[in-house]
Amino acid sequence: MPILVQFLLGLLFGTGLIVAGMSDPAKVLNFLDLAAIPSGTWDPSLAFVLLAATAVTFVGYRLVLRRPRPVFDTQFHLPHKTRIEAPVIVGPAIFGIGWGLVGLCPGPAFTALGTGRPEAFLFVTAMLLGMVAARLLALRAIGGSAQRA
Amino acid sequence: MTLTDFTPFASLSGGALIGLSAVLLMGLLGRIAGISGIAVRLLPPYLDADTRGRMAFILGLIAAPSVWLLTTGAWPQVTLEASAPLLLVAGLLVGFGSVWGAGCTSGHGVCGLSRLSARSFVAVGTFMATAFLTVLLVRHVF
Repeated sequence: MPILVQFLLGLLFGTGLIVAGMSDPAKVLNFLDLAAIPSGTWDPSLAFVLLAATAVTFVGYRLVLRRPRPVFDTQFHLPHKTRIEAPVIVGPAIFGIGWGLVGLCPGPAFTALGTGRPEAFLFVTAMLLGMVAARLLALRAIGGSAQRA
Repeated sequence: MTLTDFTPFASLSGGALIGLSAVLLMGLLGRIAGISGIAVRLLPPYLDADTRGRMAFILGLIAAPSVWLLTTGAWPQVTLEASAPLLLVAGLLVGFGSVWGAGCTSGHGVCGLSRLSARSFVAVGTFMATAFLTVLLVRHVF
């Protein structure tokens, strides 16, 4: 049952990306192109996606986190780190460069993969390699006792 | 570059669906809907027993365009104009950076901002800044 639920939630997330237009890297790049504002070709859609998604999540989290535990687990798995350390600046800085080069972040990379495009396959393969590299480096740095991301 | 239309209503609706998925994932499974965090744990080393659930979530993401095709009769638009070497480099940077920084547009963006996490505000501000700068350089300088 939880497995089916997680499949359906992935499907809902992906459908949200498609409805929002975020499955198209062109829309993402046209948002990131601030220099296009004067010429009128800037596409602010991504800001509206983030606004609606965070608004729903902000309210929804407050409702569900009031419950003693999630329906299919014994506890909520919330990030426990609060300190602002170098990785939380260095990592996103690197991520942003890759995102700006092609217009794909991890969610839309998987929906793009679902259209069967070979370019998406290449991107996702490289992305997974980069992810494993970062995780192995991070695990080595902290003695393999904790996990990140 | 390919011009795109500003779609405020579709983007608000799609964003709400993304938020709904994040809220349900927390309420039902107790998990943050961070795609990079889910994806990296599909691969070894396995530190907990929830790999199958994560695989199901990612398969749901991958299935979304097919379900879209079956219900609307058309694939969603995916404009990819980058060369193969650029796709490879960008994929490595996106994968490495998202895991090194413990989150991407979904984990830090949607979920972290909603939890008012200071780390996520720093992360989102940083990746937005480097993404804006990258597009500026690629489109208008080089």
